[in-house]
Amino acid sequence: MIEIRNLHKSFDDKEVLKGITSVFDSGKTNLIIGQSGSGKTVLIKNIVGLFEPTQGDVLYDGRSFMSMSKKERALLRREMGMIFQNAALFDSMSVLENVMFPLDMFSNDSYKDRVRRARFCLEHVNLGDAEAKFPGEISGGMQKRVAIARAIALNPKYLFCDEPNSGLDPKTSLVIDQLIHHITKEFNTTTIINTHDMNSVMGIGEHILFIYQGSAAWEGTKDDVMHSDNELLNNFIFASDLFRKVRENAQ
Amino acid sequence: MILLKFLHAFGRYLILMGRTFSRPERLRMFMKQYVKEMVQLGVDSIGIVLLISFFIGAVICIQIKLNIQSPWMPHWVSGYVTREIMLLEFSSSIMCLILSGKVGSNIASELGTMRTTQQIDALEIMGVNPASFLILPKIVGLITIMPLLVVFSTVSGIVGAYATAYIGHIITPSDLTAGLQHMFEPWFFWMGVVKSLFFAFIIASVSSFYGYTVEGGSIEVGKASTNAVVSCSMLILFSDLFLTQILS
Repeated sequence: MIEIRNLHKSFDDKEVLKGITSVFDSGKTNLIIGQSGSGKTVLIKNIVGLFEPTQGDVLYDGRSFMSMSKKERALLRREMGMIFQNAALFDSMSVLENVMFPLDMFSNDSYKDRVRRARFCLEHVNLGDAEAKFPGEISGGMQKRVAIARAIALNPKYLFCDEPNSGLDPKTSLVIDQLIHHITKEFNTTTIINTHDMNSVMGIGEHILFIYQGSAAWEGTKDDVMHSDNELLNNFIFASDLFRKVRENAQ
Repeated sequence: MILLKFLHAFGRYLILMGRTFSRPERLRMFMKQYVKEMVQLGVDSIGIVLLISFFIGAVICIQIKLNIQSPWMPHWVSGYVTREIMLLEFSSSIMCLILSGKVGSNIASELGTMRTTQQIDALEIMGVNPASFLILPKIVGLITIMPLLVVFSTVSGIVGAYATAYIGHIITPSDLTAGLQHMFEPWFFWMGVVKSLFFAFIIASVSSFYGYTVEGGSIEVGKASTNAVVSCSMLILFSDLFLTQILS
């Protein structure tokens, strides 16, 4: 479980996060949604510690991230996996080497076992036949799947995904969503997904946090979305004709 | 204002170096990176070092023979001057200046691209110290390989000088040999090696700083690459001045 308490973040005079508080349960796909520039990425970067909050705290199963020493943070980070918007695979390494990287760094297993684990993770994302390829030789969707395989290599307790569907076609997006959802259930991870893809919201949104101009404007599940009277949320979710019609039919 | 900007950048450089010179998380991975960097930064530069040094050695020999040597001077002058220039300045300082262009831009653009494509963030999230993992092998690798490049450069320059004797017949091989052997001071060789160690550190660390601290996109990566080369060149020239004074 991850709990964020009164999280503030400012860049110079500009306050980007204005006191966000929420709880993200384990075994659930927690979605952070909001318009571009609303502060979603800043929030997730504060949660994982890439940015230092101006005020507030992040608790990982009750452990305060802000009060941890550098060494404790480094140890905690070994329990995290992250999928970046552009996959952030290491260009100079093959697909297998990318997935093996966290194992090479932190696992005491033998080389054979590390390879076996990496192959298991690649099989999990249906990429068993691409292990010798380099990131530049595979499609965006495959890169995302490799990033997922790398993120789960060390059996993380916490999984973070920053816009995992950006730049992907709807069908591939669906595959990625289902994969993340499946992994969350299988490994009971606390998964936080940063997205503005409405298909993801409706598909896997077990807990949704809507951010508007740096503040938490709404929280609920994908079912609550359909019946919400929050004007800000409705303006965002039902901006497209398609989702407006879906809502009308549901009501 | 410029001073403040310089101090700010220098402070950030020192902080980065502080993070860089920390114990590697995995010695096995460090060694892997170390060997990779030695090959990428050093071994891949051997060709250009040999080529440039060969021609510069030959040209120095021709210039001295045709423009400086006179009947009033000893026959060994061309060989002597060629050796001293190669040992004292060219193979260490000028070669490092040239390499700062090749190696410096390579390092800055590689790290800059890794920064903009969030590969460095990915390392950070995994709990890896990116500075130590990425920069330390580059610094140690270049410091290891640079003295070898200096030796290759000196030898190649002398081979170039012999080419003018055997192929161009500008000077007799015996005169050249006499000059190359005349009053040889072994410390001059070591001086070049010591200087190259300092220059290797400057090239690797300063270029890494510019690449690692990139903010933005491809234009900023390009700018970082250019700034790295300019800063390295300036620092090599300045430090050459002081090192020559101290070591002579």
